[in-house]
Amino acid sequence: SRASRKRECRIMATVSVCQYHRGGFSFENCKRNALLEADINKLGFSSPAARKTGTTICGVVYKDGVVLGADTRATEGMVVADKNCSKIHYISPNVYCCGAGTAADTEMTTQIISSNLELHSLSTGRLPRVATANRMLKQMLFRYQGYIGAALVLGGVDCTGPHLYSIYPHGSTDKLPYVTMGSGSLAAMAVFEDRYRPNMEEEEAKRLVRDAIAAGIFNDLGSGSNIDLCVITKGKVDYLRPHDVANKKGVRTGNYRYKHGTTGVLAKTVTPLNLEVVEENVQTMDTS
Amino acid sequence: MSFPASVSTLNNYNDLYPDWTQREVSTGTTIMAVEFDGGVVMGADSRTTTGAYIANRVTDKLTPIHERIFCCRSGSAADTQAIADAVTYQLGFHSIELDEAPLVQTAASLFRDMCYRYREELMAGIIVAGWDPRRGGQVYTVPVGGMMTRQPVSVGGSGSSYIYGYVDSNYRPAMSKEECLKFTAEALTLAMERDGSSGGVVRLAVISEQGVERQVILGNQLPKFSTV
Repeated sequence: SRASRKRECRIMATVSVCQYHRGGFSFENCKRNALLEADINKLGFSSPAARKTGTTICGVVYKDGVVLGADTRATEGMVVADKNCSKIHYISPNVYCCGAGTAADTEMTTQIISSNLELHSLSTGRLPRVATANRMLKQMLFRYQGYIGAALVLGGVDCTGPHLYSIYPHGSTDKLPYVTMGSGSLAAMAVFEDRYRPNMEEEEAKRLVRDAIAAGIFNDLGSGSNIDLCVITKGKVDYLRPHDVANKKGVRTGNYRYKHGTTGVLAKTVTPLNLEVVEENVQTMDTS
Repeated sequence: MSFPASVSTLNNYNDLYPDWTQREVSTGTTIMAVEFDGGVVMGADSRTTTGAYIANRVTDKLTPIHERIFCCRSGSAADTQAIADAVTYQLGFHSIELDEAPLVQTAASLFRDMCYRYREELMAGIIVAGWDPRRGGQVYTVPVGGMMTRQPVSVGGSGSSYIYGYVDSNYRPAMSKEECLKFTAEALTLAMERDGSSGGVVRLAVISEQGVERQVILGNQLPKFSTV
């Protein structure tokens, strides 16, 4: 049968090839997880999903370049872990990338590709292109078959003009004039679909992105705090962090502390506690 | 295996993250290709979905593999994009080695080799179509599983189920280019009407000895059928 033939092939493979375990992603747990999932499903439950950093990120292409936007809330389940985290990552002097999904994955993936792109740029002697960063990111994410939970909005300006890509965790990409990602992406996309026009001016584009992120912040529980913007044009990058402090921490109007003298003191006794030194032990610290 | 009662709370995990943020992106789709004397007509809808959300409503599913060879992609967006990129590279290399235009059958074979070898890992239904000097216009279909066969007309994707009847009854051999375009546009429109995973605009491409002509039919310009 086909199933037994597959088993035979796998056994043969492990006998003939000797592989040293190098560093990197270990897929061992995937099989175990699949078995666990099957068992759980048999009982009628569903297994827990991967944790995400509910987010709103978006980007728009305008007349002179691209504007990228992001909120600044990082969540761990239902708790805000970081009220002001930076979600717009540097890829190269002319290319930046917003990241939604698992925070560690977006951080490390963008750093790896940024490093590789710098080496590539030194090798070619040219400023890197957005399409190159897109290829590198999609090929890496596809290699890991979606286990790296990084949903990215990649934007920049190169010699061929301004470009904007959305990149999904499984490795598919879309090249579009406006994109949104993250749990707040529906709210942000609603704003874009209403007010996007091709060839906008810079101020209008910044206002549009700011409003799209604000829609995500106020209508999605996974997004919040401030709005960061990154305006990329030919030869110039404006990293506006924060561009808009949409949620300022309030000032308390009242105080539960009682003032001194609220409770009257009737009598006061002081009893010193006499301690006897029983044993003294000196341990020198090695400061060599 | 027994689990404590608290495991049931895992189901209610976070209404914070809607279902579609955790689904894979798929081109639930309608794609089609027709041969005519002198070339091929290819068509596709433009919708890419993650669950119930439309991630891209203007997708281009007609991907160039070589100057006069295109492919229509359906299934997982990531898988089909990766396969198409790999085959584009392989075919380009092969064409430079031969120093002549590659055959459509060669491109289809490259797709078939990859889709069959990795059939357990991939979810890709591809229609390869184009023109070459040896055999003229050809359509090859490589569905999920990795079979490859040449057909005069081929449909694929989730929306294709709704138009098999229309295609079988309306296809005639030896149609002209204009008739093929009309036939393709109407078939795709009917599928997009009925399939939730297909929609947007209709993208058409005509490949012949003269080259590639591309067209877009917007939503309001689609042929109208029922007035209900």
